[in-house]
Amino acid sequence: MNQNKFWPTLSKGFGREYGVCFLVFMMLLMPRGIKAQETEIDSTYLLPVHLNEVIILSANKRLHHQTQFKPLSSLDEYLETAQKVNLIKRGAYAWEPSLNNMTSERLAVTIDGMQIFGACTDKMDPTTSYVDVSNLEEAQIQSGQQGAVFGNIIGGGINLKLGHSRFKDKGLYGSIENAFESNNNLRVIGGELNYSKPTFYIDGDVIYRKADNYVAGDGKEVAFSQFEKYNFSLNSGFQPSEGNKLAATLIFDEANDVGYPALTMDVSLARAIITSVSWTQDSISENVTNWDTKAYYNYVKHVMDDTKRPDVPIHMDMPGWSETFGAYSQANWKMATHLFNVKIDGFYNRSIAEMTMYPSDPNEPVMFMLTWPDVRTLNSGIYIGDVISLKEFSIALSTRLGLHRNTVADDFGLNSLKIFYPEMNRTNTRVLKSFSVVLNKEVNAFSLSAGGGYGERAPSVSEGYGFYLFNSFDAHDYIGDPNLQTEQSFEANAVISFKKEKWQISTEANFFHIPNYIIGVVNSDLSTMTIGATGVKVYTNLDYAQIFNSAFSIEYKLLKDVRWNARLSWHRGTDDTGKNLPLISPLAYSSTMVYKGKRMSGSVSVSGNAVQENFSPIYGENQTKAYAVVSATLGRRLIISKNDLYAKAGIENIFDVSYSTYSDWNNIPRMGRNIFMTLSYSIN
Amino acid sequence: MKTIKYIVFIAVVALSFSSCSKDDEGNIIVDPMENYYLINEITDTDHKVELYSEKTNLTVGYNPVFIRIKDLASNNYIANANLSWMPMMHMETMMHSAPASAISATDDPTVFTGYIVFQMPGNATEYWDITLNYTFGGEQMSKTERVDVVLPSDGLQKTQVFTGLDEVRYILAYVAPKTPEVAINDFTAVLYKMEDMMTFSVVENFKVTVDPRMPGMGNHSSPNNEDLIYSTQDEMYHGKLSLTMTGYWRINLKLLNAANEVLKGEDITDTNTESSLFFELEL
Repeated sequence: MNQNKFWPTLSKGFGREYGVCFLVFMMLLMPRGIKAQETEIDSTYLLPVHLNEVIILSANKRLHHQTQFKPLSSLDEYLETAQKVNLIKRGAYAWEPSLNNMTSERLAVTIDGMQIFGACTDKMDPTTSYVDVSNLEEAQIQSGQQGAVFGNIIGGGINLKLGHSRFKDKGLYGSIENAFESNNNLRVIGGELNYSKPTFYIDGDVIYRKADNYVAGDGKEVAFSQFEKYNFSLNSGFQPSEGNKLAATLIFDEANDVGYPALTMDVSLARAIITSVSWTQDSISENVTNWDTKAYYNYVKHVMDDTKRPDVPIHMDMPGWSETFGAYSQANWKMATHLFNVKIDGFYNRSIAEMTMYPSDPNEPVMFMLTWPDVRTLNSGIYIGDVISLKEFSIALSTRLGLHRNTVADDFGLNSLKIFYPEMNRTNTRVLKSFSVVLNKEVNAFSLSAGGGYGERAPSVSEGYGFYLFNSFDAHDYIGDPNLQTEQSFEANAVISFKKEKWQISTEANFFHIPNYIIGVVNSDLSTMTIGATGVKVYTNLDYAQIFNSAFSIEYKLLKDVRWNARLSWHRGTDDTGKNLPLISPLAYSSTMVYKGKRMSGSVSVSGNAVQENFSPIYGENQTKAYAVVSATLGRRLIISKNDLYAKAGIENIFDVSYSTYSDWNNIPRMGRNIFMTLSYSIN
Repeated sequence: MKTIKYIVFIAVVALSFSSCSKDDEGNIIVDPMENYYLINEITDTDHKVELYSEKTNLTVGYNPVFIRIKDLASNNYIANANLSWMPMMHMETMMHSAPASAISATDDPTVFTGYIVFQMPGNATEYWDITLNYTFGGEQMSKTERVDVVLPSDGLQKTQVFTGLDEVRYILAYVAPKTPEVAINDFTAVLYKMEDMMTFSVVENFKVTVDPRMPGMGNHSSPNNEDLIYSTQDEMYHGKLSLTMTGYWRINLKLLNAANEVLKGEDITDTNTESSLFFELEL
């Protein structure tokens, strides 16, 4: 699948003129220290530079290990290096990505174009938690309606592209990797073994991570922050003739004993099985290319566990399941100055979650409820993108039309919801529309881009059908509303970047006006279910909400191998009465000095937030204080005969600062000083 | 198309005839009491009275009772028996009756039904009997039969006998839902007042407020409950009962008279977690 024309990737060479500043920005937004890689400079963007971002992950490891801040760090840590992505943390594992200060229900988070939905009602298992960097080549991040190719969304899309051998004539090759981190005693062991020939390849990789509790900056151990995870994947392709490829993927991911210090429960099992089969034809005719068709299936099981917590008021079992079937087919069509991308896609998801509570009196019957009442979601859509390249400028247009149908399959669940909505229908169908336009123009050293868009999204399963979902952030039980209006978004964005000799400067902003914004609103008539909850919120359409994001970044090349960059970003989110939205980043900054020699590399960075001026008490937030952390790395590459040995070490949060950020659930403190070491050895 | 229509028509007609003929021949004998428990039989020389319950025993609280009278000569159950009844508790030092409905025929004219609300169980020295009055063969009959009344096996409180603030003695008994579900249930109860030891009358136009709670879950409650309101149709009180999950529920109630004065029961607040007037449910 080659969508590079639409989401230009950095890992591919497309020229080098602009967009470099954006590469740099991604290195910079790191509340916890720099983790960005120094992205290859021989790559660039084709179109709307500022809207798309690519984070290169660990496929082709030998190439990238040197450039990554921390090889073998988790996917979450990589994503954190993206300029538009922030991660909401409930512990040391399974962070929830937020893009443009919007989270999963407003985003499309896909794995190689596949829809996959977490099975936890409390968002403890975002899609990103079910893959590992060992599987992935890059993360493609599309802001706002640029992400509409993957679904009807508002905030954008994050597509995690799987890596594979691409029919290189290399025979058998592999690598072994090992990493250790001092703070939480994290051990990572990974390996891959590949066999690749021009007509056939098979790749296998496995990675295992285990961590104990981490220690925050004040030397205080954060209880229940341990985790253990392994991931295994097999990837195979067959190329009967040049340009015609059949490929199959299997990923098995399982995490056990995952602590969530910010929540009241932990996880004893989070398991995903992800499978796909695809057929790709590079060219159908002269003008129709990159025809890519895929069918996929994935299964997620998630089991929460409170048996290890002291003082549990009532023991609960909370398992959840999510299962998705899907398919898509897309192709590019070139016609004069137009390059069309047409995609037809569909998926069918089944989400079910239950809660069983065990009363203290064993003679009483158990208390059972369906928290997700076996909701079946059938979504089908057509997407058309068009890039018009004119002499003076280029225009990118896109539109998506989706049909989205939710059905409550379980009668017990339907009757439960009817307690709140006696007149509700079992099935709810919506038509979802999206449209966007971006203009791009270059004037001398300046690159200008401006765009607008409109999008719609259906409520998530929790927003539409959730039944007493406890949110520990604001200590409220949440009830879904099947009669919610479709949420809409009007979006505007602009970026100006300047590049000259050693300087790269860029400033950008985007604005979302979101009618029918969905958020939980207190209903004081309702009685709490969860012991300890202070109230009940019902997902409600506000008249509107508005989100504004802006950033300024700069890079200067001091010496041949030494660069300095800095970034400043500011964000704001308000509801229809002017009150602050929750989980909106305060003023954030970072600055990094990077040295990258042939054999050696190193960096020193500082990053931080200003005090959170615009926090949201009614949505459960308190003010986050300002902080700054300093981190540094050093890397060394050795070549032993033909094989590469690469060692890298670093220290994060050098001054052992005790801090927590706006995106730390219930203000759990971040990790204190941490020393990491990575060793990777590749065998050719 | 027309041919198909005819064929369908003929098939339907044929089917209906075939089913009719079966009934006529009496090939299918459906015992209307098949799903009920025979709890007592009163046998006379020429007839037999059968008492059925939905449960294996009569229990404290609301009990629907089904009655059939069999003509032993013809082996047929009779209709038009003009049944009435009187339950009686024989205590060691006194006797009293219990609220009982009139008895009427069901859809099947040979099956009669009514209900009795027993206030207490029998025991070794105290017992209930039921006096049945009816006509058989043109003669007025009266039979008294001792019946066993036990506490409900689930041990849940579904009957309340109490004195209201108006100094009147009331009996409030749970009727339905028989199998409560996680849903909005149709909620039914009967309310009687004790005129004297032998006379109980249906109370009309009072109101019972409904506040279901789960004491095991921090007194969690549910929305969209509806007060029990009197219906002249069946002389019972009807409302809505929402149950958000399985488990043990305490249905806190409050009895209000026609002037909206509280006669029994209290509001549930942070400091008062239960009402003195309540039912218990498990599902």
